[in-house]
Amino acid sequence: MSKPTGLVQGALDLLILKILALEPAHGWAIAQRIEQMSNDVLQVGQSALYPALHKLEQNGWIQAEWAISDNNRRAKYYSLTAAGRKALAQEGAQWERLSGAITAIVRTV
Amino acid sequence: MRVRTLVAREQVEQELDEELQYHLEREVEAGVAAGMDAKEARYAALRRMGAIGQSREECRDARGWNTMEHLWSDVRFGLRQLQRGREFSLLAILILALGICASVAIFAFVDTALVKPLPYKDPATLLGIYERIPTCTYCNISWLDYLDWKAQNTTLSGLELFQGRGHTLTSASGAVMVRGARVSDGFFRLLGGGMVIGRDFHAGEDKAGAPRTVILSYGAWQQHYGGDASVLGRTVLLDRIPRMIVGVLPKEFHFAPAGAAEFWAPFHPESECDLRRSCHAMYSVGRMKPGVSAEAVLANLLAIAGQLERQYPATNRNQSANVQVLSEVIVGDIRPVLLLLMGGAGLLLAIAISNVAGLLLVRSEGRRREMAVRSALGASSGRLMSQFATEALLLIGAAMAVGCLAAHWTMQLLLRMLPEDMLNRMPYLANLGWTPRVAGFAFAVAVLAALLFAVAPQVQLWGQQLRAGLAEGSRGSTSGVWRNLGSKLAVVEVATAMVLLVGAGLLGKSLYRLMQVKLGLEPGHLVTMDVAAPDAVYGQGTQASELVRRILHEVRALPGVRAAGVTANGALVGHNGNTTWLRVVGRPETDDHLDVPERDVSAEFFSTIGAKLAGGRYFAESDEQPGRPPVAIVNQAFARQYFPGEEAVGKRLTKRRHASIEIVGVVEDVRQGPLNVPIRPVLYLPFHQNSDTYFTLVVRAEAGDVLPSIRGIIRNIHPEIVTRREFTMAEAISKTPAAYVQRSTAWLVGAFAGLALLLALVGLYGVIAYTVSQRTREIGVRMALGAQTRQVYRMVLRDAAVLSVLGIGIGLGSAAMLAGVAKEMLFGVSPWDAGVLVVISLGLAAAAQLAGFVPARRAASVDPASVLRME
Repeated sequence: MSKPTGLVQGALDLLILKILALEPAHGWAIAQRIEQMSNDVLQVGQSALYPALHKLEQNGWIQAEWAISDNNRRAKYYSLTAAGRKALAQEGAQWERLSGAITAIVRTV
Repeated sequence: MRVRTLVAREQVEQELDEELQYHLEREVEAGVAAGMDAKEARYAALRRMGAIGQSREECRDARGWNTMEHLWSDVRFGLRQLQRGREFSLLAILILALGICASVAIFAFVDTALVKPLPYKDPATLLGIYERIPTCTYCNISWLDYLDWKAQNTTLSGLELFQGRGHTLTSASGAVMVRGARVSDGFFRLLGGGMVIGRDFHAGEDKAGAPRTVILSYGAWQQHYGGDASVLGRTVLLDRIPRMIVGVLPKEFHFAPAGAAEFWAPFHPESECDLRRSCHAMYSVGRMKPGVSAEAVLANLLAIAGQLERQYPATNRNQSANVQVLSEVIVGDIRPVLLLLMGGAGLLLAIAISNVAGLLLVRSEGRRREMAVRSALGASSGRLMSQFATEALLLIGAAMAVGCLAAHWTMQLLLRMLPEDMLNRMPYLANLGWTPRVAGFAFAVAVLAALLFAVAPQVQLWGQQLRAGLAEGSRGSTSGVWRNLGSKLAVVEVATAMVLLVGAGLLGKSLYRLMQVKLGLEPGHLVTMDVAAPDAVYGQGTQASELVRRILHEVRALPGVRAAGVTANGALVGHNGNTTWLRVVGRPETDDHLDVPERDVSAEFFSTIGAKLAGGRYFAESDEQPGRPPVAIVNQAFARQYFPGEEAVGKRLTKRRHASIEIVGVVEDVRQGPLNVPIRPVLYLPFHQNSDTYFTLVVRAEAGDVLPSIRGIIRNIHPEIVTRREFTMAEAISKTPAAYVQRSTAWLVGAFAGLALLLALVGLYGVIAYTVSQRTREIGVRMALGAQTRQVYRMVLRDAAVLSVLGIGIGLGSAAMLAGVAKEMLFGVSPWDAGVLVVISLGLAAAAQLAGFVPARRAASVDPASVLRME
């Protein structure tokens, strides 16, 4: 119910990892960037975002530290760990395979 | 991070709040930037963000907090529950701990004796190798026969010799008796496994004239030398002969057939007996060649024995061969006993577990309302199940701790209660303790109990309408599920108790029979003591018999001593030793020789032990004088077997081409072997011919402890004469292995049975009492309608009777099926002894009625008026 419309299970994790691969970011910035980069197609609410972040942190794929944000306030910045980088490569490849397969089917019909 | 999640919970929680707060503020700022006013932007942001509380909860789930949190609250709640019903918890823990203690302790014995592999290389290929004669199935071998077997066999990769014996160890602190063994040079190499320090015997080290060396057991090394590595090369005085220590055996080494030997010496054939083909005094152990079966080895050895029989007809007539798997030699005797005890302990454990399961059921029944309320408030069924599981686990954890501690003590206690003789015969028991297997067994018991306990209460919750509990909980109607399951548990408990009681009854009766065995002697006020004199001082000519005469003379002079005698072969020794060949004078030469045990006894021996004369006369002092015509006394079994229908007194025998011996008397059979073995024909000869420096003194005294004064007399004669195995005859009889094993098994199984009976009755009482409490209304109404007190009694007692009769029936059936197991343990009692079965059945039925009587009385005292008012 709180997941962005049409976002496949696991896709949000992949998006978060991808965003963080570019540079460390805090939760709000991650949500913003997903919106921007998808041309406002994907809207990520905090109710989906934060559980996902905490799960990834618990997995050891991302790590968090408190830092001063662009508007001079304390914010929790997430960054990718080595394990996260490996996971990103794997999940990315997996996604390409999956989406390719789905696209192929959708086109033929 | 994970650790922090658990440890610094407050902080993590606070950070989560701060993080979400930051997000909210950025949303608001973004709204303001887009041109909204502050208030409007805030509302819009809150709307966009959705339920903050829920996402906070999901973040916690993502971190796995909730699982931990629930578990922790289950544990706390469970502890409170257990504390609230403190009597219940204590009772349940006690019952479980009892079952765990019994089964774990017995399993430790089973593990060390039967499960743990023997400490040898490839133990399955080792065989005990024996000579066989018509009267003795697994019998000693002679050295010369051994050499031929070793040289001629084609099926064994090794055949080695051993002989257990006693030594006098002389050290600065005086002379003590120690256990020793002598072995052929390859003995330890055959078994496999090296020394802790030092070396094994070299090849050829067992030849006559080779340097005298000795290998210590680990225990002897620790006890006599404090585990000092510099013992190698040191000299010990064994029987006054110096021997050099060359090695120490590993701690786990044991070889029961040679006894718990502490000093292992190379064989060195020297004595007259060693060199005589007809002197069978040693044992041997062999290893099968790869791919060869025990049967093939036996066939091979039988062929060799047959060849030797033709080659040496004078000595090897009827000497055939026999083999037995070594593990059978070592633990064959104790296996049925241990398996029986393990079965008993297992049954006790089963009854304890079903009892506690029953208790848990009753309790969960009482908590139906609580469960219904919790479920109505939103607890998932998984959450309810985990609550029960947690409580069961807490209970089992506590019971495990108590039970294992008790098992540890029980092991030590049982070990300490074993007489020294038994321990020497079972040296592997020294390794008794907490092996990984024992711990694993305890763990498996815990898992089994956990599964049962966690599942049992849920059987009724599962699929049952919990909301129904809310609706009818206050009225307390009987739950069909519980009655069913509870009754079944009670029947199982009664049946199990029945099996154990029958076992205990049979063993008890068997023990009684054993103790009733006619001894042929008067055990009261009779003491016996083994005496070993140094060969170097008393080994020549008549020195030994002079020593015996002097000891007897001085002992008889002690105040209170009525009679004293001597026998060369122990008062109650094993039955297969020291046989001699005889021929009846006047019977045809072709007749097989008689192979009977020979016992050398002094003149007063029979009158001292109180054996009765059946004919002829006892030995007289004069018979012991040199030059007198040889005479003998035989027992009744001898007379019956070899002179049926004839008068034995006056007959003549010849022994190995010696002058003929006249039978001058017949005594009533005297028990000289285990109590459960038939008496064999025995030949008694006067002690004077014997130059044995190891003999048994038998003394009958008025009263009081004469052993210390006797010990004093002997030490005065020579400080190097040692005494051991000092018993009163009553003790000696009760410590014979058969009697000891029977008694301790009977006691242990009896204790198991007693506990099982108690638990079964408690279980039965629980079911009946519960049923009565659930039927109070019904009973009240019945009584209001005119039912008599008697009828109420009958109704309740009938319930108890149905359950107990079912249980007794099933128990009898199971006991009949299991009877075969106990068969070889029983002496003079059939496993289907009608008396025992009837008495136990009736007793158990009566006890069950008694357990039903208490609730019946409560039912009958129901006041109909108050019950109807409650309606």
